[in-house]
Amino acid sequence: MSIAAVSSFVIWFISATIRMATPLVLATIGETFAERAGILNLGIEGTMLMGALTGFLVTYFTKSLWLGVLMAAVVGLLFGLLMAFFAVTLGVNQHVSGLGITIFATGLAYYTYRAVIGSPTVPPSIKAFSTLKIPLLWKIPVLGPIFFNQYALTYIAFLLVPLSSYVIFKTTFGLSLRAVGENPESADAVGINVYKIRYISMIIAGTLMGVAGSFFTLCEFNMFLYNIVGGRGWVAIALVIFANWMPWKVLGGALFFGGIDVLGLRLQSSAIKIPYQIYLMLPYLFTIIVLILVARNASYPAALLKPYRRE
Amino acid sequence: MEKIIEMRNIRKTFLGNVANNNINFVIYKGEIVSLLGENGAGKTTLMKILYGMYTKDSGEIYVNGRKVEINSPKDAIALGIGMVHQHFTLVRTLTVLENVILGLPSPKGFELDLESARKKLQEIIKKYKLVVDPDAKIWQLSVGERQRVEIIKALYRDINVLILDEPTAVLTPQEVEELFATLRIFKNEGKSVVFISHKLEEVMEISDRIVILRNGVVTGERKKEETNERELARLMVGKEVIEALRKEGGTVGAPVLKVEGIKALNDKGILALKGINFEVRKGEILGVAGVAGNGQKELEDVICGVRNPLEGHIYLKDKEVTGKSPKEIVNMGIGRIPEDRMESGLILDIPVYENLVIEFYDKPPFSKGMLINYAEIKRFAEKLVKEYRVKTSSIYAITRTLSGGNLQKLILARVLSQNPEFLIASQPTRGLDVGAMEYIHQKLLEAKTKGAAIMLISEDLNEILHLSDRIMVMYEGEIMGIIDRSKEDVDIEELGLMMAGAKRRVTL
Amino acid sequence: MISLPKFKLEKRETPPFWFQVLMPLLAVVIALAISAIFLAIIGKNPFLAFYNMFMGALGNKFAITETLVKATPLILTGVAVAIAFKAKYWNIGAEGQLYAGALAATWLGIMHLPLPAVIYIPLEIAVGFIAGALWSLIAGYLKAKMQVDDVVTTLLMNFIMIYIVQAILNGPWRNPKTMYPSSVPIAKNANFPKIIPNSRVHAGILLSILAIFFMYFLIRKTKLGFEIKATGANPKAAHFLGINTVKTIIIVSIISGGIAGLAGVGEVCGVHYHLISGISPGYGYSGIVIAMLGGLNTIGVLLAALYFAVVINGAQIMSVNMHIPIFISDVIQGITLLVMLAMLLFFEYRIRRVK
Repeated sequence: MSIAAVSSFVIWFISATIRMATPLVLATIGETFAERAGILNLGIEGTMLMGALTGFLVTYFTKSLWLGVLMAAVVGLLFGLLMAFFAVTLGVNQHVSGLGITIFATGLAYYTYRAVIGSPTVPPSIKAFSTLKIPLLWKIPVLGPIFFNQYALTYIAFLLVPLSSYVIFKTTFGLSLRAVGENPESADAVGINVYKIRYISMIIAGTLMGVAGSFFTLCEFNMFLYNIVGGRGWVAIALVIFANWMPWKVLGGALFFGGIDVLGLRLQSSAIKIPYQIYLMLPYLFTIIVLILVARNASYPAALLKPYRRE
Repeated sequence: MEKIIEMRNIRKTFLGNVANNNINFVIYKGEIVSLLGENGAGKTTLMKILYGMYTKDSGEIYVNGRKVEINSPKDAIALGIGMVHQHFTLVRTLTVLENVILGLPSPKGFELDLESARKKLQEIIKKYKLVVDPDAKIWQLSVGERQRVEIIKALYRDINVLILDEPTAVLTPQEVEELFATLRIFKNEGKSVVFISHKLEEVMEISDRIVILRNGVVTGERKKEETNERELARLMVGKEVIEALRKEGGTVGAPVLKVEGIKALNDKGILALKGINFEVRKGEILGVAGVAGNGQKELEDVICGVRNPLEGHIYLKDKEVTGKSPKEIVNMGIGRIPEDRMESGLILDIPVYENLVIEFYDKPPFSKGMLINYAEIKRFAEKLVKEYRVKTSSIYAITRTLSGGNLQKLILARVLSQNPEFLIASQPTRGLDVGAMEYIHQKLLEAKTKGAAIMLISEDLNEILHLSDRIMVMYEGEIMGIIDRSKEDVDIEELGLMMAGAKRRVTL
Repeated sequence: MISLPKFKLEKRETPPFWFQVLMPLLAVVIALAISAIFLAIIGKNPFLAFYNMFMGALGNKFAITETLVKATPLILTGVAVAIAFKAKYWNIGAEGQLYAGALAATWLGIMHLPLPAVIYIPLEIAVGFIAGALWSLIAGYLKAKMQVDDVVTTLLMNFIMIYIVQAILNGPWRNPKTMYPSSVPIAKNANFPKIIPNSRVHAGILLSILAIFFMYFLIRKTKLGFEIKATGANPKAAHFLGINTVKTIIIVSIISGGIAGLAGVGEVCGVHYHLISGISPGYGYSGIVIAMLGGLNTIGVLLAALYFAVVINGAQIMSVNMHIPIFISDVIQGITLLVMLAMLLFFEYRIRRVK
């Protein structure tokens, strides 16, 4: 193989990886905020699907991509609030309420699409986002096409990583967030409003999940398809644990699994014998292994899954 | 001396129990005053009222001569009052620095100002000799270091009165000295310390003034120079306590339970039992006296099979008990009435009749093979409920709905129905009304008369004196002494001294 | 920002028995009412829609049999999840366990062994049960012995198993004639016989009924049932009081996974006669909704499963007759679960306004 062929493969691969990782980064950062506050949000897959649907429908009717993203964010926020209501205000079982939200949101997404669009032989499409070339930078050989010719949402997602790291570790909100997820009694004892912090984190989480969903319909594809989120929400749940609830590790993990996704798709259309589903399985397998290893040494936010009620 | 805090006629009742009975308490500027008393004397309650965690039923609080209302710790801190509790409120995954500034607004607004916080923290560390690494995570710190962080937290908030609730319970002797050094620096600045404790030696060492509480009332106030440990013990434990009569020697038989050389760790990995040796004989009640936190819980856990000792052996009539599972221990004929009624003794969310057989449901006639005979169980339950006069709507009621006294009766009924050879009862009447208490005492005495060997762990000295044939005092994981009442009267002062660690008997 | 109204939750004493019966019924009605909003928004008359739903699922003999076909796997996953939840083994993995059972049943079936049906069928049931049980045991063991979170492990294992099935169907088991990612048909002797003539109701429903009786028997009559209840109510106290909670969790994970696996066997041997990657449209997850709505007790689970069979089947009729998107059944399921959860709160607590 020639150097040119190898280098063009590498450029394509890394660039595609970054692209594929975008929704994972967004959704997982969102889930990180939720879990650091003590809430395991199993509603993420459904929320993302609703984000995908909302983004698509709004753009389809208003022809505005950014309005689509905005409304996807709003819908995601609402589902985040719904989860907060069950987990914080009602304080009921988080696993079951999260699953209920995913079942509801998933059903609602397909229901709404079918009701509004019907089932035409050719599914309607929109004019999706095109990549945003950063002026000058994108012309740099090799690095240019990889890093500086991506979707706007991708740039946002990646900027979100240092931003969320800053918020979590360098702000008063972030400090309170970490305290609440670890030991809400201690946080309460120093005057922090545990409920408020949890609600805010769910709002952040839901919004990011909604935007993550919109990436599928407004960037990756230009239509709304069945199973378009493809389990990325569940991967995010796995990824948060894998990344030890740290934004930079989330980035690393998302890129890793994004890369596997890309490879898998590539292999699907090649003659290689290994079924690509093996690759799809890897995030889940790795996470279970990580869970086994950390089980005793809980790096889990200690208050995860426990509703807080003042006695 | 200038009064900085005055509490007048403070009264506080919890569910009919008077914790503070019209107490007057003054804190002067530049002093260390100790609040001395046993568990339940009311010391912590009084200070929690001052710190805004409890609301007083009546009475007044004056700070610097001005009457104030303190409704939350935030109010207390604003008035310059800080408190370090027995259970720390620290977040283990955050650093010392982060824990200290947690909940405080940042001078930089949204962003944390770690640099100026660190500077102030270092000043406090240097000034008060509270050595700790600001960047260490709490989980990395020893208990003594964590306590230092709690003190720093208070000092960071510019307080003038520092309340410490049983601070030395978790410290090594070296750390106690370091703590005292810090307190003296604090006092020399003109600030005040309230030192809540039950340990006589330390109270005598650190205090300027000592206020003794008993059963919600102040029984005495002394300047350190004017008193001694013996007098304090007496004030703590009470002259009015039942004059312990010489107990008639009953038919006490051979030892049933033998405990040899038991060493065990507590949940925090610290040695809580330091080599315990004793025995309990047939037909006697051995009362284990001592302030809570001196190893009684760990001893109970070891005997009940939920904690493995590091060393040592326990024998039930020459059969090894050490290290056996709870099920095996029950099957051997040991009856257990645990301290924690609601998290160990019973499963609250199942019906009463299930709790009454839960330790032996798998034996005939309640079970045969894989099958369980609920009809038989329910018959048995009806019988027990009637016999022990348990107040419940029916045996089908969910156990959680029963009152404390009736919950305890359930446990008692279940355990005694098996006629155990050895019975361990831990805090059996805690939180119960007089009627329930007397009933349980009666049942324990009956069991003893029938020949059971009973070990009674209790913080209630009256109960110990009322029921025990022999009294064993525990302090800091060791046995201070065993008093055999068939051979001598109980010297209340001596008992108090042993409980407070100030006296040790030569092992008989 | 968000000011929560000043309420206080006060723990109730024993809630009256009729409450236990009323709550799921109320949850069903409230959920249907909320779902009605989504029907009305797209211009469909909710009353007409629900009429269609119930009539479509129960209105004639054939409809009822179709509902029973749907109920077969739902009862099984409902029982599987309910038993697990009773012990607080949060088995979110019924879907994957179902697939495991389907996989095993197919494996045995496409071997086309020369066995009479009277042997082949029980063997199918056995391997399906074992496969589901083993798949669940992995998570159960991790939870019991190493305190690994069961929710996340069972959930993730769903996807692992589904991908395994897809990989096999796209690979070694791909039907060479059609080139679709589905297996060849299983041996004729492995097919479950039809129980009701002129319908699709197959012998699998006998397994479902058996599962109901088994659950009743297990919980009400056996020592293990007692241990399950105690472990689920308070593992720490149960341990102190002598119950082997580790053993209990492990056994529960085996039973739960096995029963879910049976659902997979039923779909392969009784409905499709070969393995397709869409063998379950989420029966395992529906099992969770069914278990919760049924209050984790036998009769409740049975009724809830039947109800959701009606909803799922009825949705098909609603979609044909009134062009209501068929996904309304998932909407109803999700809302019902959420409403039921909220109602459980009222079961445990009374709401008191704080002055």
